[in-house]
Amino acid sequence: MKYKKPSIEAFGNQAILLSWDEIIEEDLLYYLLDLKKNIQRFYTEVKVEVVNTYNSLLINYHSGIDNIYDEISAVKTLILNCDEQEQQQFCQFTLPVCYDEKFGLDLEVLSKQNDLEISEIIQLHTQPNYTIYFTGFLPGFLYLGGLDKKLHISRKKSPRLKVEKGAVGIGEKQTGIYPQISAGGWQLIGNCPVSIFDAENESPSPFQAGDKLKFESVSLEEYQNIKKEVELGNYQLKKEVYEH
Amino acid sequence: MSIRVKQPGLLTSVQDFGRTGFASYGVPQSGVMDRYSAKIANLLVGNTEYEAVLEITMMGPTLVFEEEMLVALSGLEAVVTLNNEKIELLRPFEVKSGDILQIKQITKGIRLYLAVNGGFQTEMKLGSRSMYQPVTNTSTLQKGHELKIAEYPDTKEKTFAHLKYEAEKYDSITIEVYPGPEFDFLTDYMIDQLLQQTFSVSKNNSRMAYQLEETLENNLKPILTQPVLPGTVQFTPGGNIIILMRDAQTTGGYPRIFQLTDESINLLAQKKQGDTIQFQLKNYEH
Repeated sequence: MKYKKPSIEAFGNQAILLSWDEIIEEDLLYYLLDLKKNIQRFYTEVKVEVVNTYNSLLINYHSGIDNIYDEISAVKTLILNCDEQEQQQFCQFTLPVCYDEKFGLDLEVLSKQNDLEISEIIQLHTQPNYTIYFTGFLPGFLYLGGLDKKLHISRKKSPRLKVEKGAVGIGEKQTGIYPQISAGGWQLIGNCPVSIFDAENESPSPFQAGDKLKFESVSLEEYQNIKKEVELGNYQLKKEVYEH
Repeated sequence: MSIRVKQPGLLTSVQDFGRTGFASYGVPQSGVMDRYSAKIANLLVGNTEYEAVLEITMMGPTLVFEEEMLVALSGLEAVVTLNNEKIELLRPFEVKSGDILQIKQITKGIRLYLAVNGGFQTEMKLGSRSMYQPVTNTSTLQKGHELKIAEYPDTKEKTFAHLKYEAEKYDSITIEVYPGPEFDFLTDYMIDQLLQQTFSVSKNNSRMAYQLEETLENNLKPILTQPVLPGTVQFTPGGNIIILMRDAQTTGGYPRIFQLTDESINLLAQKKQGDTIQFQLKNYEH
């Protein structure tokens, strides 16, 4: 096995935390997602919730744990026995982003600081196939890996009190989409007209850890057309299923 | 059956025991801050412990009952009137159509729970009625809201009018904590400081988190974004101590030094700005 055994410890009296070394790596992500599936399969009788981040898995036992040490041993045995990674299905998504100056409030800052033409910024941002590592921070906020180094930029010194829903921004080495209006300190470069979190749906977001995401540049006119389609419920999200 | 919100009060919301199963969408658990008091309110009116209730914070709402129903309030101490006559907490009471309940002020603790026989039947989003924006439309009650209540016939015999409410538990300043995932990174000196001294609740206290007033020197590095839970104690590079509460986000980047027991979350949920707390380390039971 490529990864060392994780530390497996109690996190309060109703959760167990599995942690690996602090690294951000796609291989580790897919390994964690495989273990996550195995843990969920093991606990079909018990109500547990398994959540991953870059390098850890949290097992939350909502109805409590009888004996934490017994449960930790059970999880340890389970992890040891998961040596073959299975193929899992994931989705490849494409999301439209309008990089018009109307939305790209910090394009000029990024352009000056990183010595890039705005057209280069758009090219560099739409080039990678980003990996969705997990969702956190805000409902529907995706932690994406794969931002081009040339686009890394520090957060704004003081955060904006109001960032629009759909705003696309960059903070340090990360890029992401604000799923709803909130305060935020990232440098804004565009806006995505597609709603990425909707509590009306039983699955409030179509995105899962392990999925891939590409951004596609659209004009202001196309942006407005997509926005209308989204409001009417006619917009079809671009996605393809793939195996990993 | 319904209750009309004449005045929403400072921070009043419908809460049940929270939303589980949506953490991988970044959705907080939410739910009542003080589970013990909420359970008592439910039992007083003959509900199961886990029905949705109103959580009332500091300054209360004015509510108009549109039908007859059985109501109870739990919490530490408050000035409450029904049609301008004082009523007591922890005693179920019947109301008629048009009766007006005013929660004037909470004088001990900061949260009261109001349960009605049958429970609140307000909007259910992602498996829970707990108000939390953007999952629900608003995070608090708004003036004019009509809160739906379930019809529940023949229940008076099922109520527990003489239930014991252990109010004295809330006099304690002791917050019991398990070691958190980054506890081992603390030096003995830091552990001593965290456990020996008392802390006070700062003005930054909400359903999401309680920040403590005092800061301690901290040489722990920030961590890669990791899972956090209600009750996780974060220690920031600036030396601030932040205790996450029921509306906590699902991930965070500060070292997680302690994890509160659920009973301690209930206790802290009744503390207000300026109140004193002290951490006490607890080990996992074999």
